[in-house]
Amino acid sequence: MAIKIQDVSYNYGHEDVIKKINLDFVPGQLVSLVGPNGAGKTTLLKLISGVLEPASGQIHIYDQLSENLSHKERALLISLVPQNPNLPLEMGITDFIMLGRNPHLKLLQWESAADFKIAQESIDLTEIDHLIQRKLGEVSGGERQRIMLALAMTQRSPIMLLDEPTSNLDISHQTKVMSLIKKIHDQKSNDGATILAIHDLNIAAQFSDRVILFSEGIVAVDGTPEEVLTKNNIEAIYGSEVSIIPHPEHGSPLIIS
Amino acid sequence: MKPLESTGDRDLLSAYTYPWKKILIGIFITAACALSAVAIGSVYIPAFSIFSILFSKLFFFQGSDHLTPSSHTIIWDIRFPRVVLALLVGASLGISGATYQGLFKNPLADPYLIGVASGASLGATLVFLTGLPFTYGYFSLLPVASFCGGLAAVYIAYLISHNSGDTQLSTLLLAGLAIGAFATAITGILMLRSDPDLRPLLSWLMGGFIRAQWNHSILMIPYMAVGTIFILGYSRILNTMQLEEYYSESLGVDVEKTKRVLIISATLMTSAAVSFSGLIGFVGLIAPHVIRLLWGTDYRTILPLSGIAGAAFLVLADLTARTIISPVELPVGIITALVGSPFFVYLLLKSKRTIENGY
Repeated sequence: MAIKIQDVSYNYGHEDVIKKINLDFVPGQLVSLVGPNGAGKTTLLKLISGVLEPASGQIHIYDQLSENLSHKERALLISLVPQNPNLPLEMGITDFIMLGRNPHLKLLQWESAADFKIAQESIDLTEIDHLIQRKLGEVSGGERQRIMLALAMTQRSPIMLLDEPTSNLDISHQTKVMSLIKKIHDQKSNDGATILAIHDLNIAAQFSDRVILFSEGIVAVDGTPEEVLTKNNIEAIYGSEVSIIPHPEHGSPLIIS
Repeated sequence: MKPLESTGDRDLLSAYTYPWKKILIGIFITAACALSAVAIGSVYIPAFSIFSILFSKLFFFQGSDHLTPSSHTIIWDIRFPRVVLALLVGASLGISGATYQGLFKNPLADPYLIGVASGASLGATLVFLTGLPFTYGYFSLLPVASFCGGLAAVYIAYLISHNSGDTQLSTLLLAGLAIGAFATAITGILMLRSDPDLRPLLSWLMGGFIRAQWNHSILMIPYMAVGTIFILGYSRILNTMQLEEYYSESLGVDVEKTKRVLIISATLMTSAAVSFSGLIGFVGLIAPHVIRLLWGTDYRTILPLSGIAGAAFLVLADLTARTIISPVELPVGIITALVGSPFFVYLLLKSKRTIENGY
């Protein structure tokens, strides 16, 4: 099991945002967490990545209790692509991507040629070769997302978590970034897992092996995109009428409001 | 795949190389500044005599017979100790300034603007006023008291801004400012209520090297060395700390531990500088920024070179302070403030623009 979540709850003040959730993530799957705003999908991502600690319950990462992992041990297992972080705009893009090697280096150890080779592979896959001379402040939103993916890839951790990777991107970049995430996922060995929190149901439907629909801090429905993204489920949870037709190319559910 | 062009002195596929060349050039320029500072003054000493004394002292050989005892005294007992102390203080302020800036992700952080130096000078003032003898051979109470004062200032600021396991860095700066003002006020009250004989302390607080002795440099070196070793050891991690804290943690950095190590080390260096030279502002602001302008954002380059740049800047500032309206000596803090304040305004305007653009 890549990630095992047992009876996990979390609250902001008096408001329970995650209510006794149980979930297992098996290796090899690309999983989308979907649900209305405030349903708890981003909070769950933060609990898995260790940014937040559960109020109760336990999270195991590859059979190790998450709270016992050091930052370094966790970083070797999980890479994170956050949503719209503040980045140091003056930093060079190569320098930024090389930060992904940090969990593999000791305090006084610096990046070796092998580390640069790994970064180069990430740069090739994310097709940002033409950007590496620039600074973080000198790229567009779509390029920035690809650079953050290259950083996470350079970390070489089996699990990758992504928080709204396509928000703020236009439709062509949404598809580009999602195809890239899929490509990174497929390139990983079979014991890896990719989990994304995403509000766009059509993207979730098209790219995921499994979709988990959240509603008010609990798992409402969990299964393949076809099982989860049905007219009844979506109308019940989002409270608005939708039509669903098969995607003309992929056959995945296409939700039309 | 198209071939990679070289970025500065490295290309992507080769490992990071330590900036030895830049460091050597920097040391050479700084040494030239230092020797000019020894040569220039109310009595001009030719470069040959300086080298002759330097070599005779370094290698215990008798080569300075042609010098009059008075020029020997001027060089070895007055100017050299002063220049060497300015070098050490400048380097400490440069390195600690760069460290605070990296930690607080704020180019405006300077040991004197975030309250550390004021806390340190309050600590030192307390020692002065108790009338305790503040040196015991090669041990001095002053840096220890300054360190306690500086650390207390930065710790209180840290507690104020420490919120749910995370330190709010902008709050830390503002809290530092308030604590610095408070410490300065207390120092002022203590001095007004003190014995008039101790009032010369006031000129010490203005910052300067007028009373510099060899002894001061020797006392300062251990504090400086310890701080420098820890800070340079953490220089690669400081690069990772430029991201938001949760992002650095996701890259395996123990953010709270790194902050503790670096704040204590930088405060140690600042306090040692304050206890032997008083309050000298803006060195820790200017030196790292010049290096950043020249060579980018990698702290492995910024930290050592900020130390070298700080040393050169402070030696030149001190030279200016004692020669510009000779025979009257200005406190060196006035010179650094004259250069530093416009520079601060420039940085403020620049970072305001960057903030408006998203960060």
